[in-house]
Amino acid sequence: MYDVVIIGAGITGTVLARDLSHCHLRVAVIEKENDIADGATMANSAIVHTGYDPEPGTLKAKLNVEGARLWPKMCEELGLHYKTVGAYIAACGKEEEDHLDVLAKRAQEREIPYRFLSRQEAKKEEPNLSDNVTKVLDFYTTAVIYPWEAACACMENAIENGADLFLNSECTGIEVLEQGYLVHTPQKDLLARTVVNAAGVYADHIAKMVQKDPGFVMRPRRGEYYVLDQDAQPVKHIIFPVPSAAKGKGVLAVPTVYGNTLIGPNSDYIDDPDDNGTSSDGLAYVRTNISKTLNSIPLNRSIRTFSGVRPASDHADFIIEEAEGLPGFINAASIESPGLASAPGISRYIIDELLSKRIEIVPDKEAKRTRKAPVVLSELSEEERNRMIKENPSYGRIICRCEQVSEGEIIDCIHRPCGAISVKGVKKRVRPGMGRCQGGFCEPLVLNILARELGISPLEVVLDSQKSVILESENRK
Amino acid sequence: MRHYQAVIIGGGSAGLSAAVTLKENGIEDIVVLEKDCEPGGILEQCIHNGFGLQTFKEQLSGPAYAERYVKMAEKLNVDIRLNTMVTELHPDKTVRYISSAEGDVTISADAIILAVGCYERARGAINIMGTRPAGIYTAGQAQRYLNIEGYMVGKKVFILGSGDIGLIMARRMTLEGAKVYGVAEIMPYSNGLPRNIRQCLEDFNIPLYLSHTVTRTFGKDRLEKIELMQVDEKMNPIPGTEQYFDVDTLLLSVGLIPENHLAEEAGIRMDPAIRGPKVDDSYMTETEGIFACGNGLHVHDLVDFVSLQAKRAAEGAARYLKEKKDRGTPLAVKPGENVSYMVPSCVHPEDANANVEFFFRVRKPMDKAVVEIRSGETLLRTMNRKKLMPSEMERVILTAKEIAALKEDVTISMREVTEE
Repeated sequence: MYDVVIIGAGITGTVLARDLSHCHLRVAVIEKENDIADGATMANSAIVHTGYDPEPGTLKAKLNVEGARLWPKMCEELGLHYKTVGAYIAACGKEEEDHLDVLAKRAQEREIPYRFLSRQEAKKEEPNLSDNVTKVLDFYTTAVIYPWEAACACMENAIENGADLFLNSECTGIEVLEQGYLVHTPQKDLLARTVVNAAGVYADHIAKMVQKDPGFVMRPRRGEYYVLDQDAQPVKHIIFPVPSAAKGKGVLAVPTVYGNTLIGPNSDYIDDPDDNGTSSDGLAYVRTNISKTLNSIPLNRSIRTFSGVRPASDHADFIIEEAEGLPGFINAASIESPGLASAPGISRYIIDELLSKRIEIVPDKEAKRTRKAPVVLSELSEEERNRMIKENPSYGRIICRCEQVSEGEIIDCIHRPCGAISVKGVKKRVRPGMGRCQGGFCEPLVLNILARELGISPLEVVLDSQKSVILESENRK
Repeated sequence: MRHYQAVIIGGGSAGLSAAVTLKENGIEDIVVLEKDCEPGGILEQCIHNGFGLQTFKEQLSGPAYAERYVKMAEKLNVDIRLNTMVTELHPDKTVRYISSAEGDVTISADAIILAVGCYERARGAINIMGTRPAGIYTAGQAQRYLNIEGYMVGKKVFILGSGDIGLIMARRMTLEGAKVYGVAEIMPYSNGLPRNIRQCLEDFNIPLYLSHTVTRTFGKDRLEKIELMQVDEKMNPIPGTEQYFDVDTLLLSVGLIPENHLAEEAGIRMDPAIRGPKVDDSYMTETEGIFACGNGLHVHDLVDFVSLQAKRAAEGAARYLKEKKDRGTPLAVKPGENVSYMVPSCVHPEDANANVEFFFRVRKPMDKAVVEIRSGETLLRTMNRKKLMPSEMERVILTAKEIAALKEDVTISMREVTEE
């Protein structure tokens, strides 16, 4: 019997799994996709917001501030990218400037550092700021992270501490037992004392398995983005328009940890929660709206467009609570923005305020909090690189020339706990195919390495999901 | 730090030709750095015929063409380092590379020749809406899977873009038993060589949809369907022209881009019209001692011209190494009417040592046109040309004598001649 079964291996589920794995608990995570971090965690703006934006008194406000406080330590323990770039909220005109004052006041109450910049001061830092911009509120401690890396590292740490991960294990039903729950998946049934529903856009679907009326309905909203080449770096800070209740945070420019710039997102309600395609209207909206705050964004240097689906609901706030009349069944739903920034706060809240009332939670002093740092060749000194290549020549064979990823790093990411089993899984972990050629040269090489390391035929190697095969048949001889 | 007379980055068609030429010109202390496990570059996956008509006066396959140069290089004892990826290039002519055999190494040279090739434009650089399932490949990627790895990527195929690799793959996959439903080209004319349109599409009854583009992809795991639409003069899809094809494979053959992150990081001045470095008549970039040639300079139509251009660049580098003299003030040679770019982009009248061949492309198809070479306002020379296509490279030679006499910048135009 598991003490906790977590449904969904996004950032909420994986951070929670890690924190729980530091206690004397048996933990399992079930995930319907072929890899972790494949939903909202896969496609978002990658920002650790400081927490100035959410309305006072909300869980979003509380957990965002808490999450932003916890991220740096977690990144340090797990060896994750955490880059403080700062966020400019760019006001255009008097009305928006007034709203900056509201945000500044909230920030002050929440002890979030900020400063105001005149148009001239801001322009000096960000020459591409539009002339419409009259004043800037700078949250200079705002950081960007690499969400998939974070989710992978958390899951890896949890697995090393004994947690179980089951991929391709969609929750097909939940039985309420006298004490606990029986969680069905196509492969096996898991007996659980408590269940955390962190199923993202499917949270209402899961809740309905045990609740007649969960009290919320998911209303997924899609956001589309452009990704710019690393050579085109139009901004140094994250540039936001002034947020509005109606339109959320608006269209941003985000300098990511690897030097690509994200431009987006729009915000469209969609019927199919799996509909992560892009649309001409959506991208047109992004193009039009980014010009409100920024000039001359080189969208012709786009190397990819993508969309992500926000697990939003008919509630404005996060829904993190025990389901009524179901002890130990916890919904963690509607975790849209600032869900990534809040994740460590959400995890603590679930453990301290909700799970601890149902199960005994005793910290495990033996549990590992760190993980063996992966070798990242491009971040090593010349001396260290040479030592690594001498020890293991596969670090000297560069597979992805755009991102300079070696064969050794790819092999490592396949064999680590929670390792890659698909081309996209490798791409998420060590980045071959993220560059300007988008895998044109390296995908065939990555495919061969996956086949060899997993002991399967190249015909069985998938792009992402279990059915997404890349090669159709052997060539006629 | 090991110092060389010359370092060549890239061991494909351009790099091998440059290496052979340097040796022939007495530059002995050279090294070729090649990322792949064998020399020859992209030629190795081009197993179709049609290479070498200009260079060897016979039709060879890609690997056979490469083999000729590999043999020449071997005979001249060219040092080719395989599985060697260059990671940095600096304007002081130091080069950093990584290989399993040598580790992380920095070397320096008196001259560097960039022969880095090009990459295929990917989906992100063009706007196709919809999902991102498996089954979408660049044409060159599918070619590698088929010709090097031995696997077909799909059985029901549509091809976007009439670039030559896409056309070649239409034929190749048909011969391997796939059904190719069509090739869409957003322009009103083909972007491939006329011979490829004939031999790869018409001979197999594969429809070419001109002024059409793929606007949307469908499918969650693997591609299931594509949407094809006609476009207007501004290349915007025309509502109501949607057609759907149930295919499992979409190949993208939508353009090649010179691979220049090394040159850009080294601060070498680029020419936006070619997306490669600006070079003079000796193929030297504006960074002294660094030369560029081949598809890494501008995308060619035939490999023969790549080899030829690399030879010129190596001759330029050899002369630079031997003479190191001031060549005087350059005069620009610019693309004029109906010409999209000009390579090289300048000449040195005070050092007009040889004829200079210029490579360029026309902006639109023309039945008849007159090449007009002007220096300032003065018309130097005209030539008649027929059947001009943007897919085919044009060449014009200025003689050493003509260059020596130049006093003003040169413009080369293609004036269209329309029949009465």
